[in-house]
Amino acid sequence: MAAIAHDTHEDHGALHHQFENIEQQNDSYIVGMWTFLVTEVMFFGALFLIYTLYRSMYQMDWYLAHEELDVKLGAFNTIVLLISSFTVAVAVRSAQRKERGLVLANIGITIACAFIFLVVKAFEYSAKFEHHLYPGPTFGSVPEHLNGANANYAQLFYGLYFGMTGLHALHIIVGIIVLSALFNLWWRKCDSVMKDYIPTELVGLYWHFVDLVWIFLFPLMYLMPKPH
Amino acid sequence: MSAIPVDPTSAGNGVISQPTPAASETNYINEFGGLKSWLLTGDHKRIAILYLISVTFFFFLGSLAAAMIRWELTAPAGVVLESDTYNKVFSSHGVIMVFTFLVVAIPSVFGNFFLPIMIGARDMAFPRLNLLSWYLYMAGGILILAGMINGGVDGGWTFYTPYSSMYSNSNVTLVLTGVFIIGFSSITTGINFIVTTHKMRAPGMTWFRLPLFVWAHYATAVVIILGTPVVAITLLLVVFERAFKLPIFNPELGGDPVLFQHLFWFYSHPAVYIMILPAFGIISELIANFARKRVFGYHFIAFSTLAIAGLGFLVWGHHMFISSQSMYQGIVFSLISFLVAVPSAIKVFNWTATLYKANIRLQSPMLYALGFIGLFTVGGLTGLFLGSMGTDVHLTATYFVVAHFHYVMVGGTMTAFLGGLHYWWPKMTGRLYAEGIAKANAIIVFLGFNLTFFPQFIVGWLGMPRRYHYYYLAPEYQVYNIMSTLGSGFLGIGFLLPAFYLSKSLVSGRKASANPWGAHGLEWEIPSPPPSTNFLQIPIVLDEVYDFDPVTEYEQDRAQQAIENSHEHPGMMDSHDETASKLEEGGH
Repeated sequence: MAAIAHDTHEDHGALHHQFENIEQQNDSYIVGMWTFLVTEVMFFGALFLIYTLYRSMYQMDWYLAHEELDVKLGAFNTIVLLISSFTVAVAVRSAQRKERGLVLANIGITIACAFIFLVVKAFEYSAKFEHHLYPGPTFGSVPEHLNGANANYAQLFYGLYFGMTGLHALHIIVGIIVLSALFNLWWRKCDSVMKDYIPTELVGLYWHFVDLVWIFLFPLMYLMPKPH
Repeated sequence: MSAIPVDPTSAGNGVISQPTPAASETNYINEFGGLKSWLLTGDHKRIAILYLISVTFFFFLGSLAAAMIRWELTAPAGVVLESDTYNKVFSSHGVIMVFTFLVVAIPSVFGNFFLPIMIGARDMAFPRLNLLSWYLYMAGGILILAGMINGGVDGGWTFYTPYSSMYSNSNVTLVLTGVFIIGFSSITTGINFIVTTHKMRAPGMTWFRLPLFVWAHYATAVVIILGTPVVAITLLLVVFERAFKLPIFNPELGGDPVLFQHLFWFYSHPAVYIMILPAFGIISELIANFARKRVFGYHFIAFSTLAIAGLGFLVWGHHMFISSQSMYQGIVFSLISFLVAVPSAIKVFNWTATLYKANIRLQSPMLYALGFIGLFTVGGLTGLFLGSMGTDVHLTATYFVVAHFHYVMVGGTMTAFLGGLHYWWPKMTGRLYAEGIAKANAIIVFLGFNLTFFPQFIVGWLGMPRRYHYYYLAPEYQVYNIMSTLGSGFLGIGFLLPAFYLSKSLVSGRKASANPWGAHGLEWEIPSPPPSTNFLQIPIVLDEVYDFDPVTEYEQDRAQQAIENSHEHPGMMDSHDETASKLEEGGH
């Protein structure tokens, strides 16, 4: 693309041709990211709506079905993600202060946390598969793991459990890819991140959103109160 | 009015330091050559052209399906199609037209091309995201086509559960995956529009100097980003239910299939506004520029656009009056549906008021615009029949519904698409088409359309259900169906003719000047076709939008013609050459 000759067009290593100056570019990136997060909220919002409806319809069976989930592993994963949120916030702050070493270290810890989360999740999933708690014709074929819940309604619960935590895990995987790309840019001292903290900020926003979804998923899935 | 006095003979009304138009040698079409430069472009204008070619392709496929439906319905016991095939043909027509044409066409072609130019920007805020949206669109479109070639899909474009999730043996999974991917193409376009409108406006381009086309696309983008993710996840859940037995809408396990309808219409009713709001934007441009007047009640039209976008999210239940929804819910949805008629009527009345005592030029784009007002009014008013619970029970799932939404979607969106295509064709291609045949075509489309769809109101009122191809127990429907099929033949001619005379203009059309219509707006102040970076210098906007001055308009027209006729304007040529060489240096 032709870069245009223009009086006010700054010479800035991270500036793209369509923008007048770095402030306009940064503003655009931030507005764009928040707009994208709005679409993500609507995306998960529909799932939370479905969850709310079915939980209100089948409270007791869902309560009994949820007892099979491992609260300790869920809580551990929650702590892991909270730590990763903190490190990503530190990474953004370090990017603003152009402290490359701190940025690299904190992005590295964040990626490590993401992997730990996925590994724990994989253990949880495999336990559910062993107990035949995945949706399909064999669901509930080991009845003691249903805790006396109606197998059909329990299957709805596990359908949403796998659907929602699965889509969340997919977002974690995308997060790992994006964080790794960012790590790579910092590692190679690219202008696009060194001269402008906004790319780091955008990845941070995304990662906070992914964590926030889990902050809702954990109590909804793992911490149901006993219905009266 | 302008803060700085403007030379009345300059082509750029109220815009300073634009070099003279109409004398540019390099433009976005010829600056870079080769197929690769098109497929890897970040230029919003080239992406718009890619979209124009693709949506035209899909539109003709959808039209073929429509032609088969009309042919089949000429006889009470069918003509050629088996029932199963008929189900697949009308489903293909719906899926292709809604998801690959109506939702996409105007925003992705004209929105992409003109939104950045109208606000004085060099490009969209995110050019690569813009290109990605085209690739997503093509990927989704190809998946949908693959599903249709590979055995087809039945059950209609709405994919109601539990039929779609549990019983249909057709390619629902493949087609829904395609629709899901196209949804992301919409979302990326929506994000680009919102950010571009907020952050890329030229100095002096305030919110209330934005052309109404930009307002319309901004509102559309808001609807896209709020609605599309919901339908995306809903369709994804149906795909998961078919592929992985994930039970969400399965009634056998206690799931609620009607919940699918709620989630589906939460998007798909606003999607109607995704289809029609950009059309409103085009019509506002056409009415103002061919009536040679500022649009009457500019602010009202701008705000009514936002009102429609907002209210549109609160009316989805009127699609479900007979779907086990409670009566009280129905009353509320019915009431809010009536409210949407208010901002829609504001637009129609304001466009009509703009015509009053105006210096109207009946050129081909204006003929489409006038046709739009009439057809959209019929489509909108018949919507009230369907929004009333009592009449809707009688009319639900009859041809009355089919006629109603075709009046809005074809009479509205498609007419506006053609109007916009004729209006901006000289700007997009730099060529003029034959005006006489274009005018005749506008009349063919209007008459053919009415002959096709007005009889469907009557036959629907008489009780003919949609999606049936046998009506041998009610042979009295045949005369209406034959009228409709006859009209669809004319309509088909009206859609094919532009393909010929517009293509012909590319080869042998006269070169277009920068502003062949004498229109107002930044897009008319740059050469036709525009240079790759749109503006050689970012403009500073000093005048109001649609700022036609009836007194000086005649003199300005004459002065502009003088500029266009004499290509030897020494001072301006120099300044142009200078900026062009700067452009060269910057680009290579």
